[in-house]
Amino acid sequence: MEGSEVVVFWVCGTLAVIGAIGLIISRKAVHSALWVALTMINLAVLYIANSAPFLGMVQIIVYTGAVMMLFLFVLMVVGVDSSDSLVETLKGQRWAAIILAFGFGILLVSGVANGLVEANSVGLDAANDADGGNVQGIAHLLFTDYLLAFEATSALLITAALGAMVLAHRERWQRAATQRELSEARTRTGAGVVPLPNPGVYARHNAVDTPALLPDGTPTLLSVPEPVRGRGDARPVDHSGLAEVDDLSSGTAALPPTGRSLADDPRAES
Amino acid sequence: MEVTTAAGGAFAYLWLLIGFPLAGAAILLFGGKRTNRWGHYVGTLAVVASAVYAVILLLALMGRSAEDRTAVQHIADWVFINKFSASIALQLDQLSMVFVLLITIVGSLIHVYSIGYMKDDPDRRRFFGFLNLFVAAMLLLVLADNYLLLYAGWEGVGLASFLLIGFWQYKNSAAAAAKKAFVMNRIGDIGMSLGIMLIFVTFGSVTFSTVFDQADQANDTTMTWIGLLLLLAACGKSAQFPLQAWLLDAMEGPTPVSALIHAATMVTAGVYLIVRSGPIFDQTIAASTVVVIIGTITMFLGAFIGSAKDEIKKALAGSTMSQIGYMILAAGLGPVGYVFAIFHLLTHGVFKANLFLGAGSVMHGMKNRENMRRYGALRAAMIVTWLSFMAATFAIMGIPPFSGFWSKDDIIHAAFEHNIIIGICAVLAAGFTGFYMTRMLVMTFFGKARWEDDQHPHESPPVMTIPLIILGIGSIFTGMALLFWGNIETWLEPVTGFETRELAVPAVVLEAITLVVVLIGAAIAIAMYRRSVAVEAPKGNVLVRAARNSMYDDAINDTIAVRPTYWLSRSLVWADRSVIDGIVGGSAAFVGGLSGRMRRLQSGFVRSYALAMLGGAVLVVVVMLLVRLP
Amino acid sequence: MSPSAYVVLAAILFTLGSVGVLVRRNAIVMFMSVEMMLNACNLAFVAFARMNGNLDGQVVAFFVMVVAAAEVVVGLAIIVTIFRTRRSASVDEPNLLKY
Repeated sequence: MEGSEVVVFWVCGTLAVIGAIGLIISRKAVHSALWVALTMINLAVLYIANSAPFLGMVQIIVYTGAVMMLFLFVLMVVGVDSSDSLVETLKGQRWAAIILAFGFGILLVSGVANGLVEANSVGLDAANDADGGNVQGIAHLLFTDYLLAFEATSALLITAALGAMVLAHRERWQRAATQRELSEARTRTGAGVVPLPNPGVYARHNAVDTPALLPDGTPTLLSVPEPVRGRGDARPVDHSGLAEVDDLSSGTAALPPTGRSLADDPRAES
Repeated sequence: MEVTTAAGGAFAYLWLLIGFPLAGAAILLFGGKRTNRWGHYVGTLAVVASAVYAVILLLALMGRSAEDRTAVQHIADWVFINKFSASIALQLDQLSMVFVLLITIVGSLIHVYSIGYMKDDPDRRRFFGFLNLFVAAMLLLVLADNYLLLYAGWEGVGLASFLLIGFWQYKNSAAAAAKKAFVMNRIGDIGMSLGIMLIFVTFGSVTFSTVFDQADQANDTTMTWIGLLLLLAACGKSAQFPLQAWLLDAMEGPTPVSALIHAATMVTAGVYLIVRSGPIFDQTIAASTVVVIIGTITMFLGAFIGSAKDEIKKALAGSTMSQIGYMILAAGLGPVGYVFAIFHLLTHGVFKANLFLGAGSVMHGMKNRENMRRYGALRAAMIVTWLSFMAATFAIMGIPPFSGFWSKDDIIHAAFEHNIIIGICAVLAAGFTGFYMTRMLVMTFFGKARWEDDQHPHESPPVMTIPLIILGIGSIFTGMALLFWGNIETWLEPVTGFETRELAVPAVVLEAITLVVVLIGAAIAIAMYRRSVAVEAPKGNVLVRAARNSMYDDAINDTIAVRPTYWLSRSLVWADRSVIDGIVGGSAAFVGGLSGRMRRLQSGFVRSYALAMLGGAVLVVVVMLLVRLP
Repeated sequence: MSPSAYVVLAAILFTLGSVGVLVRRNAIVMFMSVEMMLNACNLAFVAFARMNGNLDGQVVAFFVMVVAAAEVVVGLAIIVTIFRTRRSASVDEPNLLKY
């Protein structure tokens, strides 16, 4: 067991640290969340290696499964702004943080090393076996010694659920506008009377992230869906395609497949 | 001095003397508007009642033997704290008696006169109320049998004086004059209260008889201090140097007030105090000498001012100062002079009241204008006023046989007995008196008419001239009556003591010299003002200008007292603002400034706070490691 | 295997988590960093439980998870609310509570 645990520790420990570093340096929040998930799964393995199979499972199910997914859902809601500039705005914050954290880590590690270097594990085998297993042992403790705290957590969870509902709830103060009302409003203001352009119109691609081209050849981001636009994932315009459109509109080129001249095109007049 | 007689017989109602005017004042002041129509008669009647009762008391007193003429009436217990005791008790003796007579009789005449003088004043009722209040307080002052009660009367007359000087309070000058008189009197009152305290500490009592019986047992220094403090009180009340400045301004009050309070009675309270405290002053040569010096200085000061003032009442006020200077001088001479101080006080009370009422009568006929340079040739228009005024003038100048001659001559005589220099000063001052009184007489009643165009001088109504006639007769005969019929020297002797000393020069010669000096003064005045008087006051030399400005007393007071006080207050305010408030405000500003900088830490950025938390955590770990590691 | 190795790993993860809280501006990422720190603590608890041979450490780690779950729910609700009003998830934006 001893040798295999060393391997597990080094592999999972390294991955956990890599995940933590990834959390810090990822530009996009979604990537950070995935890096955290990596760390957590590895920590679950380490829990199991530390004779805590129940906690390991809870870690995977609750943390990685529920909490991190909750994070991802929220990222979807907030997704438009989820990209994060890594340029520091507070003066000296980053360097102070790194230096302080570095000192903090050194202190902790040196303190731990100083205090625990000769420490030996008693091991949990006896404790786990006393009640017939790890889960039973924890349950025994929870419902005896920690009963009061356990009951208190139930109140905490209910309060948290209620709090989340109250905070996230948005009262609708007026009736939702119907489609007719919306279109009337658009007509009245004169903004966006016609439907938004479809992606890929006059372009070489009709993919969702490709902006449409206006008749004069300039790309319009209006055709790209808002989340894609918000993440900055809109595709750059294909310049050869643009040049071809220019040629076509100036009459120096013809559309080869159909052979129709531009003069026949009723839209060219307008 | 043993109290020999309990109050009995005619003396059983001694308190009525004060009670009548006090009741009058109460009726008038609390009675409101419904007493407007008849209030002045009540006020006059109250004082007249007191006067009648005073005469009855005089007759009763004369019926007794000379040693038996002190009556004490205990009215109520007042202050009894441990050893300190003072009761409300009245003491009528020969000294009090003459004062009571002066106050009530002259007071009655002035009340009658005021009925006419204040006829058109809408506040006549209030005026009579104040006058009654004054009479009551003054009687309390002279009838008190202890210093504390005397002090009460002393403050009472001060209050009445304040109210009456400022009677026309809508005039700024009157209000300011009232305040000035009050404040300067306070300075004297400090001396009074300290003196009373010192008397109590020394003798364990404030009752006159107890104190005077023990007066020869106290040590000289204490007695000197008591004497000087009482002198300070007398200076304040009697407008003696250096507290003389208020009296001239006090002429802003109505003329009857000037006559009653600021000529005949209240201003002589200082003389009363010194004479009453005679046994104390007898023990201390130093204090008596200061009294004489103060009296002499004021005598000249007043004469000087009186010689230069053009307003008739201010000139008279200067004359009052001068004459009271005479009295103070005499009182400082000790038993030689007490009797003559009181004698002169009585005659002066009569003829100075006469002069003031005469001046009031003149002003009444001249639309209340005071400037003598605009008078002249009034004798034809106001015969009664002129004659009574002239009688009083001769009296004050000391022309025999007018009343002033007898009293003033006695003082000069006593002064020569005491010290030849003081005597010469007294004679010179008499010459000044001759000058300024003749000047007043000539400028007002003789020469050419220098009236403004709108003036139509006329004689005053009988209600005003009758008191003038009575006082005029009094000016002629009071001196002789008191001296030959009343035997004032022997009358007062049991209270004040009396002694005479022989002079190298016979008295007749002295009288002749004095008379010559007075006549010289008068002749100079006639020579200067008989022919012509400039309507506008000429610029005059330095001395004239100084006297016209009351010897710059206001400027001197300003320099000595007012400005240093201002300066002190300002520096204290400065110290308060900069040092005290500086420390308080400075610490507040320091904390405020510090907070202003510290709050910059509250940037609102969560991550800055988190950084601070991490720093704190590092510190905690460091401390834990440092504590635990070794 | 010495428990010190796990504890050192926990310390490293904790430190990295705190760096994440301090340098990232996105509230959600900060939140993830906090979770990272909590997990590091849990690792230490589990290691200590094994070292001492009783299950109390594991129970505490369990409670930490419960509390962390509750905290995430409320915290994310707050973030969503803030985002709704300010259209931003940056923690530098809501800085009105200051001098």
